[in-house]
Amino acid sequence: MIANLIDGLLWNISLVVFAVGVSWKMLSIIFAKRPVDLSVARASSIPGAIKTVFTRFKPAAGMASRIQMKIVAGYMFHLGLFALMFFAAPHVRFLDNEFLGFSWTAMPHSAFIISAQFAFLGLLMLWLYRVLDPVSKLISTTGDHVASILTFVVMLTGCLALLESFSELRLLHRFSVELFLIYFPFSSLMHTFTFIPSRAFTGAWFGRRGISS
Amino acid sequence: MSERLERGLNKLRAQIDSKVQSYFSSCVHCGICAESCLFYTETQDPRYTPIYKTKPLHTLWQQEYTFWGKLSKSLGFSKSLTEQDFADWEPLVYDGCSMCGRCSMVCPVGVDIAYIIQKVKEGLAAAEYSPDDLVQATKRAVEIGSPMGVKLPALQAQIRHVEEETGMKVPIDVVGADYLALLSSMEIMNFPEYIAALVRIFKQAGVSWTLCSEAFEATNSGLQIGNSKIAGQLVQRVVDGAVKLKVKNVISPECGHAYSAIRWGGPNFIGKAYPFKVVHILELLDELQQTGRLKTSGLEKGRITFHDPCQIVRRGGVEAQPVRLLKSISENYVEMTEHGHMNWCCGGGGGVSTIERAEDLRIQVFKRKKSQLDELNVETIVTACANCRLVMEEGLEHYDMDIPIIGMTEIIAEHLVEN
Ligand code: SF4
Ligand code: SF4
Repeated sequence: MIANLIDGLLWNISLVVFAVGVSWKMLSIIFAKRPVDLSVARASSIPGAIKTVFTRFKPAAGMASRIQMKIVAGYMFHLGLFALMFFAAPHVRFLDNEFLGFSWTAMPHSAFIISAQFAFLGLLMLWLYRVLDPVSKLISTTGDHVASILTFVVMLTGCLALLESFSELRLLHRFSVELFLIYFPFSSLMHTFTFIPSRAFTGAWFGRRGISS
Repeated sequence: MSERLERGLNKLRAQIDSKVQSYFSSCVHCGICAESCLFYTETQDPRYTPIYKTKPLHTLWQQEYTFWGKLSKSLGFSKSLTEQDFADWEPLVYDGCSMCGRCSMVCPVGVDIAYIIQKVKEGLAAAEYSPDDLVQATKRAVEIGSPMGVKLPALQAQIRHVEEETGMKVPIDVVGADYLALLSSMEIMNFPEYIAALVRIFKQAGVSWTLCSEAFEATNSGLQIGNSKIAGQLVQRVVDGAVKLKVKNVISPECGHAYSAIRWGGPNFIGKAYPFKVVHILELLDELQQTGRLKTSGLEKGRITFHDPCQIVRRGGVEAQPVRLLKSISENYVEMTEHGHMNWCCGGGGGVSTIERAEDLRIQVFKRKKSQLDELNVETIVTACANCRLVMEEGLEHYDMDIPIIGMTEIIAEHLVEN
């Protein structure tokens, strides 16, 4: 009964909430009022927008030494999580069967272990910053902590599910993913998508002034 | 709810555009921006974290644009903004931010934090939570025409001195000139050498130019305090003067925020495009030099560096020109480790230098510039903003550093090949 609910109705609800929520949020940002800049542009804003979407993957000049550990933690977490999401064997199979109808080579078990270690360590470091670093502590919100905890639970249950010894563990993982998907559009997890318009807006602004950002 | 609070909230509400929504939705509260801000690096006070300075607008956005924010407000878990919040953020935003925009260069998700801080200023100013010094400066700018209270007779007196010193005429109210040169009050009162340099350079380069007796002030207190309406009023004066004299171009002087106001903000403040072009004096000097109209001779021998004014370089896009100009007249030009669009602010921009109570903080954050200069061991600093110059002179004096500062236009004029 519970298994059916988690694998069926709840899964469908969470997917709809995620898809509608994310689309609604993105559209409401893109179509919200945006005053036209009447000053004469020095250069086109479009190359600036495109460029900044990519350049911000790298820390700004002179900043690397000041934020070293935050960069390391951020990259460990995001790359680790990306690898787990799209290259863990059960996920590749799942995406093939449920959504795409095609698959790609999954990573070997050893790579899975390394990715998981990266993701966990990265997340733990980022969370430690949140609770210990005076700056991050001051600016972090309850929502940020909920997002960290949910992500941690999803990753933990995912690793446990991989053992595949109990189908309950797989169900638990799926349930945590469902909570994650439902929470996603209403939280700072949205930065996964909104970072693109944010970087593009800023890049366009700098671009039309002829500034490299 | 008091009337001023309501005015402030309405103003803040009106600031939420698509960029603000995108930025607040993207911020992951990583705190990286703190490390780019001299008010944080030099004080280690987390309240000076750039994104924290935007909190009043963030709170409003959260409560009115997000699901959890709306829910927690309706259940009474989160409090609406109060006058106390406005009072608490006033010193953080006005004294603790020079609007240098360095934070906007480093945010990994691309938040233009300075853009949001300017919007917070609009809300604070509407609620009348702005430092009195800035309020008075703005009043003087509106009523007298200059934040320092400089009137036309004072300019005329300086013009007379310049004419005596150079033996050249300073053109004023010349109809049909190609360029209308604007000045900052600080240039008129503290650095009239700038006017003398203009006269000499333009004479050699054969530039047709003029000053305008009705619109000589370029600075814009409206921008600094965060009142777009007043900013528009001040810009309109320049537009009227330029139209009356039928000039083709307006020259922004060596003043950072004046350039930002007249070049970039201006048309938006008045709601229409200009019938003339705006150039910064550095752009014009560079163009004159590149086209062979401005000829210099001789090279500065000692170690010399350029302090990039934030609003001209980082937020204004005039980055390559000052370097080219300075290299053309010096043989020992050295760059600070973080320079150009990543240069560190002097600490006095955005109106901070006008606020008397912010003086200690300004001197404290000047340590950033001091350490940049300590590394370089230069004999001369060149800059292109009268405000940066004054702020740095005070900072250098406080820290017993004996390095002369000179304006770019002035040093170029010193190297002119006399006709
Ligand atoms: S660096 Fe950007 S994402 Fe990080 S706290 Fe500052 S504004 Fe937010
Ligand atoms: S604009 Fe400059 S002074 Fe203001 S918060 Fe950003 S880095 Fe700090």
